[in-house]
Amino acid sequence: MSGRRTPADGPVALDDIDRALINALQGDFPLSRQPFAEVGLRLGLTEEEVLVRLQRLLDARVLTRFGPMFQIERIGGAFCLAAMSVPDDVFEHVAAQVNAFAEVAHNYRRVHALNMWFVLATERPDGIADCAGRIEAATGLPVFLFPKEREYFVEMKLEA
Amino acid sequence: MAADELERRIIVATQGGLPLVPDPWGAVAGELGIPPEELLARIGSMLERGVIRRIGAVPNHYAIGYTANGMSVWDIDDAAIEAVGEWLGALSAVTHCYRRPRRLPDWPYNLFAMVHGRSHDAVREQIEDIAARLESRFPATCRARDVLFSSAILKKTGLRIRDAG
Repeated sequence: MSGRRTPADGPVALDDIDRALINALQGDFPLSRQPFAEVGLRLGLTEEEVLVRLQRLLDARVLTRFGPMFQIERIGGAFCLAAMSVPDDVFEHVAAQVNAFAEVAHNYRRVHALNMWFVLATERPDGIADCAGRIEAATGLPVFLFPKEREYFVEMKLEA
Repeated sequence: MAADELERRIIVATQGGLPLVPDPWGAVAGELGIPPEELLARIGSMLERGVIRRIGAVPNHYAIGYTANGMSVWDIDDAAIEAVGEWLGALSAVTHCYRRPRRLPDWPYNLFAMVHGRSHDAVREQIEDIAARLESRFPATCRARDVLFSSAILKKTGLRIRDAG
């Protein structure tokens, strides 16, 4: 594994081929022995061109990841949205403490009294409350949990 | 761990991403010590059962120009929330829509809808439009609302489960 990448801070220049590739790779990745060649065929690119561009998009942090996205609930695990109200003067420190937990899948700073919003992913449903408790112990701040009670159907894709 | 051991190993092997090589599934199968056909069949089954939601690229919204990411939150009358949630989720501007518990008195909102756009103003405008349509379609069911903009991505690694070994 390469070193940890931090997300890009703002828009990155993309050409039309990058955009077409990102849009083509948002789902339906072929389950075959030459999937990148198949994706390339749809876009008029060679397998090598697809791989080189994809690596570049990951290195430039235009993409944060390429691979399967799991719904851990389906195998007995759990996801849960959580939020904290973190004083500005310790924000960076608390962000580092929270991010150090492997269970924190992503974390956003938001403009509100509750200014840190993150998602916990654990292998068992009771892991959520346990992890929240450990974050509270580490930071000395309360963690509010917002478990998903119902998901309403949405179309998932964003066009690049 | 309730999960099938092979599926657990597949998750551990691929949660950081697929290898960028011509035959990524063959490479993962080699790492797991199983025939590629078995891996492909199992991945297909995980997709069918929803254990895998999709396989593909996860864009950094900021980098592809969706620099504004507004989490709109709504305090909706419990009696109407299912109908309002279905309606809100179906709108094209909304990319995620969930019912979640209130945390009174700090947090009165029970419906969360993520709205992405190319500017804060564009997102605010969309939310104003949604609010007006909501009021005319479901009068007096929305008691309060707010929008939380993200000002930084602090982490975005996705799921990480521990290696059993």
